Amino acid sequence: MFKDGGTVNGNGKKGVRRIIICAGTGCVANGAYKVYDAFVEQIRAAGLPLVVEMRKENQKKDGVAVTKSGCQGFCQMGPLVTVMPENILYTKVRPEDVKEIVSATLQMGMVVDRLLYVDPATARRCTGPAEIPFYQRQQRFVLRDCGFIDPESLEEYIEHGGYKAARRAYLEMTPAQIVEEVTRSGLRGRGGGGFPTGRKWEAARQQPGGKKYVICNADEGDPGAFMNRSVMEGNPHSVIEGLMIAARAIGADEAVVYVRTEYPLAVKRLRRAVEDAEKAGLLGDNLFGSGLGLRCQIMEGAGAFVCGEETAMIASIEGHRGMPRPKPPFPAQSGLWGRPTIINNVETLAHVVRIINEGGASFRRLGTQGSPGTKTFALTGHVANTGLIEVPFGTTLREVVLNIGGGVTGKDGTIDPEGFKAVQIGGPSGGCLTKDHLDLPLDFDSLKSVGAMVGSGGLVVMNRNTCMVSVARFFMDFTQRESCGKCVLCREGTRQMLSLMDDIMEGRGTPQTLELLAKLGGAVQKGSLCGLGKTAPNPVLSTLRYFRDEYEAHVNHKCCPTGQCKALAKPWINPEKCKGCGLCARKCAVNAITGEKRKPYHIDQEKCIKCGACAEACKFAAVEGI
Amino acid sequence: MLLDEAPTQGRKFEKVCAILDRNGRQPSRLIPILQAVQEEYRYLPEEVLTFVATSLNVPPARVFGVATFYAHFALKPKGKYVVRLCDGTACHVKQSIPILEALRNKLGLSEQKPTTPDMLFTVETVACLGACGLAPVMVINEEVHGQMTPEAAVRLVEEIAKKETDGATARASDGGANHV
Repeated sequence: MFKDGGTVNGNGKKGVRRIIICAGTGCVANGAYKVYDAFVEQIRAAGLPLVVEMRKENQKKDGVAVTKSGCQGFCQMGPLVTVMPENILYTKVRPEDVKEIVSATLQMGMVVDRLLYVDPATARRCTGPAEIPFYQRQQRFVLRDCGFIDPESLEEYIEHGGYKAARRAYLEMTPAQIVEEVTRSGLRGRGGGGFPTGRKWEAARQQPGGKKYVICNADEGDPGAFMNRSVMEGNPHSVIEGLMIAARAIGADEAVVYVRTEYPLAVKRLRRAVEDAEKAGLLGDNLFGSGLGLRCQIMEGAGAFVCGEETAMIASIEGHRGMPRPKPPFPAQSGLWGRPTIINNVETLAHVVRIINEGGASFRRLGTQGSPGTKTFALTGHVANTGLIEVPFGTTLREVVLNIGGGVTGKDGTIDPEGFKAVQIGGPSGGCLTKDHLDLPLDFDSLKSVGAMVGSGGLVVMNRNTCMVSVARFFMDFTQRESCGKCVLCREGTRQMLSLMDDIMEGRGTPQTLELLAKLGGAVQKGSLCGLGKTAPNPVLSTLRYFRDEYEAHVNHKCCPTGQCKALAKPWINPEKCKGCGLCARKCAVNAITGEKRKPYHIDQEKCIKCGACAEACKFAAVEGI
Repeated sequence: MLLDEAPTQGRKFEKVCAILDRNGRQPSRLIPILQAVQEEYRYLPEEVLTFVATSLNVPPARVFGVATFYAHFALKPKGKYVVRLCDGTACHVKQSIPILEALRNKLGLSEQKPTTPDMLFTVETVACLGACGLAPVMVINEEVHGQMTPEAAVRLVEEIAKKETDGATARASDGGANHV
């Protein structure tokens, strides 16, 4: 993590030391700003010289710099504090801990052991990221500077080589050369579809001159994915630089970043980045003296998932309901206001910067033949280390979940070695991967072959206590609500699929329900215009394929193997635990519980509405099966 | 907040006019305009929507179409504290629904009735907030609370309610002189 900024110095020697406090959404929610304030206060109180900004001239000075960074990825262990140059990572830091860090680490050069990360697998305390498997096994490129540089400082971005690629693109390269370099890299869109970026750009470049637009798709709507949020919060200038290169490649002079309104911190940092870039002359007219200009506006979405689709996003920017339209014409031919437009995902644009800096051939060195480069994934759910990771394409699921993720957690939150059940990848458009897929390389083509997709990169791990039917219903409910309503099969089909799922979960399902579900799913896929409808049945179809026995248990035996589906629960009172206090009977709203004092009570299944009030009331945990 | 000030029509539209002017009265800026209006009023009052349509010279149907299409826009007033429970995948598999049920039970709310009669709380779900590392997540106005449990969520709401009643009693004993 430690790079060329600042000189390596031991305690008491000349040069600036640096405290980096992660200020991503996760750490901020856990109190990172309070930790920051505590550092400023304690460093002042200890009489150490405080450096507020990391400027070049300050680096030679004596002192301690306290800076904020974007998301460092290890969200579960936040707030994270890194002490440079020793590269010590303190986890779950509270404002009360700061005094000890200042006196022990900053003044005496000692490590505060109790704040270090303990690897649950080996019970070893890890001093820094280099020792933590979560970081060790990753290869961070897009995320390299997130978590190190101050996202609100243009100067620092430039010091780390920022805007060099844009400068090259405007002064030393022709649009054709830029497109060629991107094509050579084999970069595929990171937003989900995996379309080759170079081809998209070439199509727009070849359109005759006049007004053209570039749009950054930052409407990361997949539930369970936050890769783009982290890049925007952690390194907003890299997104703007990527947009500049894209604009130069196709000859556009206007750019729009369409960002989710649910990400207030990302919006704030992007706006700040655009303002700073404008002030520094990096956006506006006559960039780098090339005579070419670029204006950039930030547009906040208004909470419609479908706007992540290119043509719907264009409609939304034009001030309409976000409804997709048929393609062709593709946006590269006729997009925003009828002009040639390219739309790229945040992560794609961040990769472009590196491709221009280091060359397309170097980009290809990582990843697989068909899917070059690295990909960020949001690792969440029942996994020990939740957070943001970046690995080369082709990394296996086993490596990601069991090694980087540190294993699957069980009901009580501890690691359950046998707990792995499935991973949901690609959000509501994606599918499930099972134990059999643990050694499947994660890349565009392998995932497609098993009925899943990379999607934007959300990886939700599920343990053996999770009901897959209920998970599929969750996604069906999501897409049904988010369907824009234009195509009948998407609007009505998803609704019917949802009600079939409800039938299954509430005990009204028959074997025919499953057949109907599969048939309807196929029809929705065929009869929908855009990606939302085309992929909406995927979670249901893929769970039907890999977890059919679970569906069958629901319809044939009216039972949920994990006990999660409440309507199928058959609560009963364990006579060995029941003390006969009668509290449950008094709580039961439908008088389904009867019995004599001090003797075991009994639940009448005919009357029971499975509300669970009895189980909640019982002090002896005697009500089971709900 | 304008909502508490019992605005007169004229004053209400004055603010809307300023918003319209800031956006150059461009129909293409409809979404940013509605966002600004909602920030001002905490919801989109019907008469303001009609006013916006007339000012932009577009059919009211288009404005209502946009206002009802996007989840972020509210056509009914929301409470002073908007409690949003994330129901993204990660939060869902980590049991966000029991938290939602506990909050609704506590405040006597349902999906159809999201706001308390005293206009203090609105409870709603929201698509992924992107703080999945902290699942399940709840946001009260702008403040994010991670790794929630039903008990902790109810406690937070109780604390706010208590603060509000204490504040109201204090104001009442001041003879109502310090009304904002």
